[in-house]
Amino acid sequence: MGEIVAGCIAPHPPHVVYADNPPQNEPNSEGGWETLRWGYAKLANKLKTLDYDALVIFTPHWQTYIGTHFLGLPHFKSKSVDPVFPNLFQFNYDLGVDVELSRAMHDAAKDAGMVTMMMENQDFRIDYGTIVSAHMLNRDWDKPIVPISSNRSRHYYSVEVMNEQARALGRACRKAILESDKRVVLVSTHSLSHRHFTTEPPIPEDMSKQHIYNHSNYVWDMKLIDLMREGKMQEVIDLMPEFTEQTMAETDSGSISWMMEALGMPDYPAEIYGYQSVIGTGNVVAAWDPNPETREVVL
Amino acid sequence: MSESPICFGLYVPPQPHPLLVPEQNEGWGQLRSAFDTARQRIEESDADLILVYSTTWPSVIGHQIQAHPEPEWTHVDDDFHFLGSMPYKFKMDSDFAHGYNENCGERGLHSRTIAYDGFPIDTGSVVALKLLNPDNRIPACIVSSNVYSNRAESIVLGKAARDTLQQQGKKAVVVVVATLSNRMFTEHIEPKDDRIHSAKDEEWNQKIMEFFGQGRLEDLSQLSREIHGQIRVQKVVAYKPVWWMAATMGQSNNYKGEVLAYAALHGSGGAVIQLTPTAGSIGDKEFDEDDVEVYSGDRDVLDKGMN
Ligand SMILES: [Fe+2]
Repeated sequence: MGEIVAGCIAPHPPHVVYADNPPQNEPNSEGGWETLRWGYAKLANKLKTLDYDALVIFTPHWQTYIGTHFLGLPHFKSKSVDPVFPNLFQFNYDLGVDVELSRAMHDAAKDAGMVTMMMENQDFRIDYGTIVSAHMLNRDWDKPIVPISSNRSRHYYSVEVMNEQARALGRACRKAILESDKRVVLVSTHSLSHRHFTTEPPIPEDMSKQHIYNHSNYVWDMKLIDLMREGKMQEVIDLMPEFTEQTMAETDSGSISWMMEALGMPDYPAEIYGYQSVIGTGNVVAAWDPNPETREVVL
Repeated sequence: MSESPICFGLYVPPQPHPLLVPEQNEGWGQLRSAFDTARQRIEESDADLILVYSTTWPSVIGHQIQAHPEPEWTHVDDDFHFLGSMPYKFKMDSDFAHGYNENCGERGLHSRTIAYDGFPIDTGSVVALKLLNPDNRIPACIVSSNVYSNRAESIVLGKAARDTLQQQGKKAVVVVVATLSNRMFTEHIEPKDDRIHSAKDEEWNQKIMEFFGQGRLEDLSQLSREIHGQIRVQKVVAYKPVWWMAATMGQSNNYKGEVLAYAALHGSGGAVIQLTPTAGSIGDKEFDEDDVEVYSGDRDVLDKGMN
């Protein structure tokens, strides 16, 4: 009998990896975005104390229009260069995929009537959203990952349709995990409000230049974080269409709607690890621990 | 038009089907033949440069301009990975890229050149350059499409490209990589079943191709907002490629237009269209959008009168 041992919101601005200077990333920095990175480090420490087999990551940067795609090969080794911030992120990766779990989720989604596909091209490059969030949650890369593409139904239909489709996918993934013998950590990788500045300071990590794009986005982000703290995730998901429209939020990928459904729509408080803006966007690191014994009040 | 820095313009689709599997569908094969015709015409021209604007290369920090002299990788599409890999090695005109970047700055735009090993060149650019310039006979340059940019930025971006061609005394084939209607089927289809997604998309595609066929590029530029509302899935704020193309090519209707092929690509409207500068103009529309020379940023309309 499988189990979901935690769910995490893990934002993926490549800035956090750039600021961390891991050996895999070619550019070097003088740091930056400590509030996010320290929060990430604390959450990563917590994950070290959990017994789990794989990180399942729903990513906004593997964008598919024809259904939802899952990785069908066990090993990928290449370099990921961020198309938007190539100056910050040129990351050499070597990672394993839990194909058995990937296929189980694919089959469950397909059985539930969704359009799905296994990706079996060895030249395929893993997207930077997956890599940034996986790296920040597990710098040792000693657990396999299972990336899931984000279907862009928000563009093709509406935020409401996106929300419903992502939730249906979450139900299917939950079923597949529980019917497997795997213990998994779910990862919903995205910013909250997602309006970027369109210029970059000469030193990207110049922290005197970092602030939220506008006050409205800040107020919305705080509204969501307050609801997370209060354990009102159903309300968060109900607000998702409006929040996404109002703040151009990266929740448009469906990732948080997917994760909350897969977690069984938590009514317990989230662990909040940090909030900080990166080039105008609002980012929270948060986790849901279904086990009341180990659940913490972090911030 | 003897002093025009433009040999001709091409409007081509981004999907990989004409490159990877043209034999699977008659229309995909027709698009491939049209790409081949365009390639031949480029070879016969006196172009010094192939300048690509790709709608499948989004950027956030202003506009990005590819300046790596020899980018090399094996690309795989996010959706159509099952059609195969696309190994590429291109030759870029770095001097042009740097000059273009400077001219963007002169006109108030934020831009930067990029030259990183392994940078993910987008599907549309890879398809276009592999089919139009397979032996790298002519160096190329690719410019991104900023997700937040609208008309003023797109037009000024085109003018900066033209400035650079004129300054460097180069003649270019201008390539816009974009679909007409962009709604694809959201499920798998058999290649033989491909068709334009809806009758409305088909009608608008025909209307756009009629304008292109008559060489009315500036008229299409003026119609871009309407096109965006009618047949574009709202992935970005506006339908921008014709704004850039018209501005780069000289803001007129003085072209010989030729639709070389038109076919569905998983439901979207794919066309290979050539526009060659000529002396005569057919345009008769009233232009109601202002011209713009320099981009001066957001107008902060929301903040005005608030105090
Ligand atoms: Fe992102």
